[in-house]
Amino acid sequence: MIQEMMKVLQYEFMQNALLAGVLVSVACGIIGTYVVLKRIVFLSGGIAHTAYGGIGLGYFLGINPLISAIIFSLLASFGMGAVQRRMKERADTIIGVMWAIGMAIGIIFVDLSQGYKADLMSYLFGSILAVSEMELFLMLVLDFLIILLVTLFFKELMAISFDETYALVRNIPVDWINMLLVGMIGLTVVMMMRIVGLIMVIALLTIPPAISNMWVKDMKKMMIYSVLLSLTFTFTGLWLSYFWNLTSGATIILVGGTAYLLSLLGKSIYHRGTRKALILTK
Amino acid sequence: MMSDSGEEVISIRNLWAGYDDDVVLEDINLSVKALDFIGLIGPNGGGKTTLLKVLLGLVRPYQGEVRIMGKSVGEGRQHIGYVPQSVEFDRSFPIRVFDVVQMGRLGRKKLLHRFTKEDNQAVIKALENVDLVDLKDHSIGDLSGGQRQRAFIARAIASQPSVLLLDEPMASVDPHASSNIFELLREINQKMTIILISHNMDAISSYVKTIGCVSRKLFYHAEKAITAEMMEAAYQCPMDLIAHGMPHRHLYEHSSEEVGKV
Repeated sequence: MIQEMMKVLQYEFMQNALLAGVLVSVACGIIGTYVVLKRIVFLSGGIAHTAYGGIGLGYFLGINPLISAIIFSLLASFGMGAVQRRMKERADTIIGVMWAIGMAIGIIFVDLSQGYKADLMSYLFGSILAVSEMELFLMLVLDFLIILLVTLFFKELMAISFDETYALVRNIPVDWINMLLVGMIGLTVVMMMRIVGLIMVIALLTIPPAISNMWVKDMKKMMIYSVLLSLTFTFTGLWLSYFWNLTSGATIILVGGTAYLLSLLGKSIYHRGTRKALILTK
Repeated sequence: MMSDSGEEVISIRNLWAGYDDDVVLEDINLSVKALDFIGLIGPNGGGKTTLLKVLLGLVRPYQGEVRIMGKSVGEGRQHIGYVPQSVEFDRSFPIRVFDVVQMGRLGRKKLLHRFTKEDNQAVIKALENVDLVDLKDHSIGDLSGGQRQRAFIARAIASQPSVLLLDEPMASVDPHASSNIFELLREINQKMTIILISHNMDAISSYVKTIGCVSRKLFYHAEKAITAEMMEAAYQCPMDLIAHGMPHRHLYEHSSEEVGKV
């Protein structure tokens, strides 16, 4: 097994895949923490699926689908972010509609384009083994951007996640900070698309922070643990999928999902233990 | 941020407000003077929360003028230390008590500025005021209801406001903790104006200096007791206060649902 591993590691596609795993985990752990704490999982799912419109547009125009996906995803982020802020009552309905329209646009554009479309599936279900060097470079740049922005606006992001009304009353530019956050979600989603595919983005974005949230009580630690968990799931999933010849994206998600269930179980046992200890000391 | 007694802190003139076509507040006039301690009571749906939202700039009035420290609401709200209902918070949010209180320092500075030593001193001082320094590194979710309420009061104090504005501070707090909080507010009131909103006037009536009743209109005469004339106009208010103010009268209590459909 070890020998086999060492051999596989020498392939360039495997090195690229592992590097992509690291780069995506960084963005995904940091941004996922906000998604979970601010309870905007549905909004993020909407952004991820709408990005498919950008893939279709890329095929149609004959440009790199990743570029058009970034543009489309950012537009979707700002649009949905504005809907979320302004229409408190039916925001989820409108976001659901935008989600579907985005995907429909993508499908129609693909219908209208000429030529070879076989790797279309890789955007939907991910293909970490096919990550190119250009994409790795793009991921690196986006990681730096996200780390920079989160560091600069950490206290404002924390304030709008914890108590948006208070932040507003304190005259923090809540609208701008919100747009910044959804914009970063949009960028993260496009990066993750290569790893697990648009359909499963939301799982990898939320499972690691959801597990960390059970065990740590500090936001920065929650981010770091989420990054490490995301990395663990990606690597484990990748190895398992390689040796058992399974779809990598789905295997990564199942590894994460299993860990989530185990964490829930562990937490309930832990709670039972502390409750018992509490009763005993009394 | 201390102000002299008697100076006007908040002035509301001819205020009408509501949501779309639904008028909730009608011709409200109120002058809050420095070091006042006003308890605003009223039935559910009577407009207490809307009045609070107007003061915080979260609801734009149809008409009328609101000035806070002589400024418009958007600018003047920085002088308000807002203490929301603590029940609404996510208890699993990974945040320390210190960080929550530190949020009170936000907005005093422009974006991209770091918290200074002065900010942190203000945070510690606010925590000392509410007697929570020992718990500053605890997670907010680990605190009891009363402690959490005190943490939110500390956050408001940390912003060094002129007025403390509290929304149902006794919700989800046990009676013992609730009297502790009132003692704390009484202490804070030595230096700071306080407005408190509550539907439970039983609890607040012995602590506040003056009581007003919001029920579409505002009935407030800067007095502690509610007069018979006020009561008649706003009889949706629970009755035990009048019994409290004028013990020789025996009045029974309405439930707010009962009188809600007049």
